[in-house]
Amino acid sequence: MFDDFFTRAIIAGVGVALVAAPLGCFVVWRRLAYFGDTLSHAALLGVAMAFLLELNVTLSVFIVCGAVALALVFLQRNATLSSDALLGLLAHSSLALGLVALAFMTWIRIDLMGLLFGDILAVSVADISVIYLGGAAVLAVLTLIWNPLFAATVNHEIAEAEGQKPDRTNIIFMLLMATVIAISMKIVGVLLITALLIIPAATARRFARGPEQMAIIAALIGAAAVVGGLFGSLNWDTPSGPSIVVAAMVLFLLSLSPLAGLLLRNRVVLPGEKP
Amino acid sequence: MLNPSEPLVSLKNVGLEKSGRWLVRGIDLQVRSGEIVTLIGPNGSGKSTTAKLALGIHQPDEGEARRASGLKVGYVPQKISVDWTLPLTVERFMRLTRRLSSADTKQALAATGIAHLASAEVRNLSGGEFQRAMLARVIAARPDFLVLDEPVQGVDFAGEIALYELITKIRDDLGCGILLISHDLHVVMAATDQVICLNGHVCCKGSPDAVAESAEYRNLFGDRAAASLAIYQHNHDHTHLPDGTVRHADGSVTDHCHADDGHHHDDGEHKDPVSAAVRNRQETDHV
Repeated sequence: MFDDFFTRAIIAGVGVALVAAPLGCFVVWRRLAYFGDTLSHAALLGVAMAFLLELNVTLSVFIVCGAVALALVFLQRNATLSSDALLGLLAHSSLALGLVALAFMTWIRIDLMGLLFGDILAVSVADISVIYLGGAAVLAVLTLIWNPLFAATVNHEIAEAEGQKPDRTNIIFMLLMATVIAISMKIVGVLLITALLIIPAATARRFARGPEQMAIIAALIGAAAVVGGLFGSLNWDTPSGPSIVVAAMVLFLLSLSPLAGLLLRNRVVLPGEKP
Repeated sequence: MLNPSEPLVSLKNVGLEKSGRWLVRGIDLQVRSGEIVTLIGPNGSGKSTTAKLALGIHQPDEGEARRASGLKVGYVPQKISVDWTLPLTVERFMRLTRRLSSADTKQALAATGIAHLASAEVRNLSGGEFQRAMLARVIAARPDFLVLDEPVQGVDFAGEIALYELITKIRDDLGCGILLISHDLHVVMAATDQVICLNGHVCCKGSPDAVAESAEYRNLFGDRAAASLAIYQHNHDHTHLPDGTVRHADGSVTDHCHADDGHHHDDGEHKDPVSAAVRNRQETDHV
């Protein structure tokens, strides 16, 4: 069944969505959308590095994203600039640096559109194994740090005072983000990874009563968006990454519609809750 | 296990500097098991900073902050805002940093008077309800050392008395040490063993006078309140002037406080603890 490029794309995409959405919940809760953007922009620099040093692309992207994430932690502690200015600085300088470096390497022909917007044709069986092995590792680590990470998300100082070591947890979380971006780059492209992190989580918010529930619902919504988007892409010959994001957006809009309101109405309204 | 003869937390001559300014300096403080220490002082006097030094959230730039090993800490910060994107019920909030049995959860929620809100979303709670939820969370975990940063803010007067009674009961039942920050300069919990008045450094220390013994205060607060409140008499020997300098008892003015200074406050405060207490009540009690 791996012979068909379309099946491969769906398997790979669903794998990515299942991993990206739970992390995306933390991106939404912690207001890190722009941070996700920064890391994915840096991914292009990772690609250039991979060609230059003849490294594995996924590994190289992970290294560059991880380095940018750590640089950000360091700069936030020591710099006089605000976080969003730092993020903008890192995001666009690494993207520009990546594009310039790629332009210098005239001896390689690369599909820039594929890097920026994803390319289903490029998904190989090897990519799928990287996505599933890497994804399983990410989910395993996320499960391990879930409680301390959530505690640090609600309040850093409570977590710190009550022995949860939030600084360590935050660094692990950033490395998980770098991993997800490295493995999902081929599916949606560097410009749209943040969408795959955020939109399913935002859609799940309305239906979730607890953080764990929100992560699971977001994963399912993300997977649905991938399947829907890829079918759309096949039907109308549209680029895969943008099609997946459009499908995710449609699901988000549906969640705001009266249709979703009917779904929610059956739920018991609890004391203290606004219906 | 904790050694009962050792203090749970001790700060020795601790100071914290931020961008060239000492937020607090020369703080000496110890909290032992079963002891309630109350920090008071004007805004910006470093009460929360001192608490965070005791908790290890801040590392001191000078002096030594020591916590007993294996100390189980509960912390109610002064102000936290829960992002509205977080789907967080009170029940899940209770389990934020520790596993809890549902019996412990129920008991703590009942003790703080919010048993009916167990499945409510945290972001829909009122200020006072959220304050109770934060208190319930730390009680349920049965800590050795409890830091409560203005735990009764936003709670009405009757509720405040009930929560003070509850805090005293927690100390009695669990035998934990409590570091409490009070929003009131004069009225503190009757169960307080030691009051420490801060203004960048320790201005004065002492034990409060029981309100219940004074007929005047009984009339002011009512019988039940009088049993759980106490008045702290400040004992000045220097004054903080508005420009940051300090006037000492002998009339000399210096740029800063000295470590051996006794108590001091802004000019005109604390001349009469009763009327000051009434004024404070009127300011805070328009609930």
